[in-house]
Amino acid sequence: MMPREATWATDPKLKRRGNSVTFPRVDLNDWILALHLISAFALIGALTIFSVMIAALWHTDDPSAVTSFMRVGLAGNALVAIGLGGTIVFGVWLAIALDAYHVWDGWVIAALVLWLLGGLLGQQTGEGYRKTADMAAQLSSSGAARSPELAAAMGASRAFWLHWATVAIVVLIVVDMIWKPGA
Amino acid sequence: MIGLLASIRPDSWNFPLFLHVTGAAVFFGVVTLAAVAQLTAARAPEPEVLRRVAFRALLIVGLPAYIVFRIGAEWLYSKEFPGDVEDPSWIGIGYLVADVGALVFLIALILSGIAVRKPKGWLSKSSGVLSAVILVGLVVAVWAMGAKPN
Repeated sequence: MMPREATWATDPKLKRRGNSVTFPRVDLNDWILALHLISAFALIGALTIFSVMIAALWHTDDPSAVTSFMRVGLAGNALVAIGLGGTIVFGVWLAIALDAYHVWDGWVIAALVLWLLGGLLGQQTGEGYRKTADMAAQLSSSGAARSPELAAAMGASRAFWLHWATVAIVVLIVVDMIWKPGA
Repeated sequence: MIGLLASIRPDSWNFPLFLHVTGAAVFFGVVTLAAVAQLTAARAPEPEVLRRVAFRALLIVGLPAYIVFRIGAEWLYSKEFPGDVEDPSWIGIGYLVADVGALVFLIALILSGIAVRKPKGWLSKSSGVLSAVILVGLVVAVWAMGAKPN
């Protein structure tokens, strides 16, 4: 057995050319699967970021605290775009390109339906929290230190429940992708 | 090749794989949050809020997520490579990133914890940079797990 510490430097399978290590050979579909996985990580990562933000700002009435998370929220939005786009494009590619799977397989159709539903709920969630962020920015620029209205919006609002519904759907997609029911 | 491997994967591998993938993806999200929050804290209206949240997220969510993804990885490894089966290259890449990543993660966690108590910008930024380094490693590891380079 090769030692677990096998690295680019010690693994003979990673061919050397002179002093430089050449990139290992990877088929196009293997690349597509890797990009599909990275996109899925981006999507789950974004939901993790938003969940932490919701917990950290739970019932906060401080507009400055909310606006402090603006850049973190933008990073989450970027990951959502990468995640939603990448999972569907590379996922459908794989379903078409690989002989073992078809787009009309039950578990693939289930994933597509869940992806669409998750995207719609996620969009609604985003709109809800965007309004709250705009409210916080206005309050902050007007010099307001506290706002009960903001505290209510940062609690168990409609956007909050939509967020957790989106999380549940993404967990179902991961379960569907791993167990592949009916495949 | 991928389809063949996927189709012959025994059902008993699914739960460890679920733990491994979910834990790693949540860890990815927390590390991203920590990197962005700590690297942009200085420009935020309340930098101490971002630093505190980054530390708590790394500790309360990141650390358990890392443990779950490593347990899933070891469980899966014991099923997929029993006995003296030779490890493929992608396993080596995964272990390298996970082991070095754990060390870097612990340093980032400690630095972010100190930054909460002693609000010095460089401590928080260093933790943010280390989190970004972990992020790059995770992307490479996910690529290796998916592409499985030979």
